[in-house]
Amino acid sequence: MANLLQAGTVAPDFTLNVTPDQTLSLSELKGKPVILAFYPDDWSPVCSDEMALFNELLPEFHKYNANLLGISVDSSWCHLAFAENRHLHFPLLADFEPKGAVGKLYGAYREKAGTCARALFVIDGEGKIAWSYLSPTGENPGADGILEALEKLSKKETVAKLAL
Amino acid sequence: MPKLKVPVSANDHVRGKDGPITLLEYGDYECPFCGKAYPILKEIEKHYDKQLRFVFRNFPLTQIHPFAEIAAETAEFAGAKGKFWEMHDLIYENQSRLSVPTLQELVETLGLSLDEYAEAIESQAFAAKVREDFLGGARSGVNGTPTLFLNGERFNGPAKFQPLVVAIDALLQNRAEDPAFHS
Repeated sequence: MANLLQAGTVAPDFTLNVTPDQTLSLSELKGKPVILAFYPDDWSPVCSDEMALFNELLPEFHKYNANLLGISVDSSWCHLAFAENRHLHFPLLADFEPKGAVGKLYGAYREKAGTCARALFVIDGEGKIAWSYLSPTGENPGADGILEALEKLSKKETVAKLAL
Repeated sequence: MPKLKVPVSANDHVRGKDGPITLLEYGDYECPFCGKAYPILKEIEKHYDKQLRFVFRNFPLTQIHPFAEIAAETAEFAGAKGKFWEMHDLIYENQSRLSVPTLQELVETLGLSLDEYAEAIESQAFAAKVREDFLGGARSGVNGTPTLFLNGERFNGPAKFQPLVVAIDALLQNRAEDPAFHS
């Protein structure tokens, strides 16, 4: 697998289905931090599910004005059912066709498994990757890295504003 | 390796004496995996006796477990009356029938006032404490329920007896071999 995109890199733009008949492009979210959470499959067991965990933390992410996007190779219909079942309040993008194309773009695709890796990215308001992390196979990464990255970004912004 | 960001303090629910091992659980009262871990963690406490203290913090997954939040607040309410562990245990022992009436029944079982309980829930008196636990856990790398920390480091193995014993024995062994602990 190509290497995970690192901090400092410009986050490649992409357009994916967010519902069966609507698409979402990363560039639409410029101006605010974006959290990209690549994950292998919808429907993993609830209590250890990354998306369920991030869902609980949405108010915290929103404190930093950040948008959260979940990405897996599942289809939009699958995402809709999954989001409804787990009461997810953020978009799930379908990296469905070509399969894993966006995952590959970010160095977050597992060829053998045919699914995205558990990879997290925090992208700043200008579209640059501020932080990225690849979790070992089978390990739910948790949200501490995301929260720390968002905190750092917000401190940077404060300093920048003071300098004006 | 994710480390506990919020050290154990007087604000915590701690069972057992100060010893070389602190086993801390971030748990959700409605989570079946936490339910399965409950008797196992008790066995671990018994097994290590005076060498281990157990700490419980709240990590309710409220969007998928509708009773997790109220159960957590119920235990905190009981805690304010000096009966945290009794309530914690009762809730897990009655997890299969977890509901608002069941929680009220448990409040009564412990001889606590239903009126004070209702007031506490309605005024969300303990919601802040629960949320504080949750956020501290998120910052510490909690990645599901239950998440266990052994002496401040996240335990990545299964919440089963044998794997825990292996990890705890290793910690005790390191301590035994560390010259800093020999006075």
